Amino acid sequence: MNHTPIADQQEGLHHPRSFLTKYIWSQDHKVIAIQYAATAIFVGLIAVVLSGLMRLQLGFPGSFDFINPSSYYQFVTMHGMIMVVYLLTALFLGGFGNYLIPLMIGTRDMVFPFLNMLSYWFYLVSVLILLASFFVPGGPTGAGWTLYPPQAILAGTPGTDWGIVLMLVSLAVFIVAFTMGGLNYVTTVLQARTRGMTLMRMPLTIWGIFTATVLGLLAFPALLVSAIMMLFDKLLGSSFFMPAIISMGEQLEHSGGSPVLFQHLFWFFGHPEVYIVALPAFGLVSDIIATHARKNIFGYRMMVWAIVIIGGLSFIVWAHHMYVSGMNPYFGFFFATTTLIIAVPTALKVYNWVLTLWQGNIHLTVPMLFAIGFIFTFIHGGLTGLFLGNVAVDLPLSDTYFVVGHFHMVMGVSPVLVIFAAVYHWFPKVSGLRFNEALGKWHFWITFLGAYAVFLPMHYLGFLGVPRRYYAMGDTAFLPDSAAGLNASITVAAIIVGVAQLFFIANIFLSLKRREVSDPNPWGCTTLEWQTPENPPAHGNWGEKLPVVYRWAYDFSVPGARWDFIPQNVAPEQVEWADRSLAPADHLPRHTGTENQSPDETDSSKTV
Amino acid sequence: MKFLEKISEKPWQQIGPADGAALIERMPQTPPARVALRFFLAVVSVLFLLITITFLSRSQVADFQALAGAPWQPLTDPSRLWVNTGLLLLSSIAIQVAAYSAVRDRSAPTAWALGIATFTAALFLVGQLMVWRDLVALGYFVSSNPANSYFYLYTAIHGVHLLGGLIALTLVTRKVLAGGAIRSLGPGLSLCATYWHYLFALWLALFALLTSSPETYRLIAQLCGF
Repeated sequence: MNHTPIADQQEGLHHPRSFLTKYIWSQDHKVIAIQYAATAIFVGLIAVVLSGLMRLQLGFPGSFDFINPSSYYQFVTMHGMIMVVYLLTALFLGGFGNYLIPLMIGTRDMVFPFLNMLSYWFYLVSVLILLASFFVPGGPTGAGWTLYPPQAILAGTPGTDWGIVLMLVSLAVFIVAFTMGGLNYVTTVLQARTRGMTLMRMPLTIWGIFTATVLGLLAFPALLVSAIMMLFDKLLGSSFFMPAIISMGEQLEHSGGSPVLFQHLFWFFGHPEVYIVALPAFGLVSDIIATHARKNIFGYRMMVWAIVIIGGLSFIVWAHHMYVSGMNPYFGFFFATTTLIIAVPTALKVYNWVLTLWQGNIHLTVPMLFAIGFIFTFIHGGLTGLFLGNVAVDLPLSDTYFVVGHFHMVMGVSPVLVIFAAVYHWFPKVSGLRFNEALGKWHFWITFLGAYAVFLPMHYLGFLGVPRRYYAMGDTAFLPDSAAGLNASITVAAIIVGVAQLFFIANIFLSLKRREVSDPNPWGCTTLEWQTPENPPAHGNWGEKLPVVYRWAYDFSVPGARWDFIPQNVAPEQVEWADRSLAPADHLPRHTGTENQSPDETDSSKTV
Repeated sequence: MKFLEKISEKPWQQIGPADGAALIERMPQTPPARVALRFFLAVVSVLFLLITITFLSRSQVADFQALAGAPWQPLTDPSRLWVNTGLLLLSSIAIQVAAYSAVRDRSAPTAWALGIATFTAALFLVGQLMVWRDLVALGYFVSSNPANSYFYLYTAIHGVHLLGGLIALTLVTRKVLAGGAIRSLGPGLSLCATYWHYLFALWLALFALLTSSPETYRLIAQLCGF
């Protein structure tokens, strides 16, 4: 059948004609990706500052007049919600998803560019609504990032007048934004791949982002339902989640609602959310590890299956967040079992990353350092997850710093390390410029070691029984003095790590200022985004003709090939062979480059 | 099963255009908008399913007073809701006729059917608002009872989705107002028709649920293990 592939349809491409349509109201997926990423990083930095303020109180209780119990809980709440939803979800899917999907599958843009643009602007509105809560009477909500009722909307909790309403409205707007973006990502991946790009030739990055998006589309409605129903309880006086209760000595009008019902809804979203963040990270890190180890990813099919299986299982483990809320013991058994089962495909992925590194030609570049760092922190956070997945172990540990240490390792530090790895890896593609390696390595080592200095001791504090969510311990008899000392050292480490992120920001700005032009494919990548005719890619990505894909994304160090990578769009007859005897019969040699070098060993950069 | 077959491929063994290029060419060329609509309907289904699970759970608490079942309850005689249902059915049929006529490039029937679809959909929304007004007049406020809260919640969210559909319909018909051919409306109207039918089916389910008796809720809740 003779037809124009969806990937090549140009009618949806709105060619920018002015500054406004090129950079502000842009429908180009690359610009939207940068808008998403810049907004997410900006709001993420606010969350970093909030965590610093929290740590000041915990490390040096009572030393800072501007931190009181109310503001402390507001910092905790806003830090958590911003990091999980407005930074990680938005950056992985809105940022990397937008930038990489069309480029990696060889299409010109998302299938619905206008919807894509709307998605970003709705996201920005949701961020602005959230930040507005800092400036309303009573300030932002201090209900904790899980927003559990009844306390989330009861007098006495900070921000119950305006803060909680703005938080819930902001979440609703965010979900609308995510749905618009998500529909775009899944449809583009399913319908707009270029010729030859079969599902199993897609890089794992796309598999991760695609599966995470499907999870998001099915899980975010649970948060939306919770938000709408809690708004009804708060503003209209209904009793979905509010039980009969006496607050401040007064019997309230509510009766019969179930706070635990909210928890079920929240975690039915909340646990898939962990994988909405983790799966794109798994995908990105797989591609980064394979590229910088110059080796095909170990067990590609298993990696794909593991992503899909993890995605499916992530919907039946949610109640492991609620063991202490009380439930039928059989439920606890069921959720503990599913939690341990989900560890199997997850562990399989970890083994495959390690086996990819095994006997690889490992290049300790900045992205690779962050990727290897991720393997460490993820194993660490994953193993403590096995502790907490068991009901009997979870009960004594659930309300302690052990949990804070666990989830920050697995869901805070790990994805953030992947974000850094990915930003450093794709920076030469996005900007066309080189970054400063030395500054990047300083950034890595301080962040990586600092993160351990912050979160490892928290596990010990948890074993001691130090409760989380407390503004101050006071004179707690069962805690040794060393707990206070440890808290102080964590705070110092946290501030150092926080300040070290300026290296990252400075690196980006210095690169933009120095304008050292990067090689179009400095790491020797096989995936399509590195094969664009222009670097950074122009509007429409591919010039006249779309690329045709001839192979999977992991043809690294192919025996007999002259180069240690063969891009996906290189036809068999175009492959250069150093040893023709190893070439398959249908592969004819053709010369195109220099011998025996991977491109990152060449220095083709120049200053303009 | 096709999906399972596809993810069982061994991509490292399949090099060259024969495999890959041919596979893409063979893909059914479903319009992207239809694929996106399917996903969107899945999202909306999850949304209503979750609310319904909470509804069934909440219906088993002692303070829940169903809106139907006893002679004095307002929805025991749901004639107003039947009228609204009829309007939505008419809207659904009309939009299907519009899509059918547009594909065949018949401008007059398309315009008529579109007009009827839009008008009856708008009337449905007005009708729902009138049911709200009646309930309020009878003292059935949002906060008086969880059954009332759910009625308002369900109908509000359903109404917002229909309102969104009307906006989408306006965007589709804008092409013709701008001088485009009637035939070009076909694909867009066909999508709108699918959405309308879905919202109609959803409304039937909600209608049945909201006008059921406490015994029915108890039975469903028991079947679901609440």
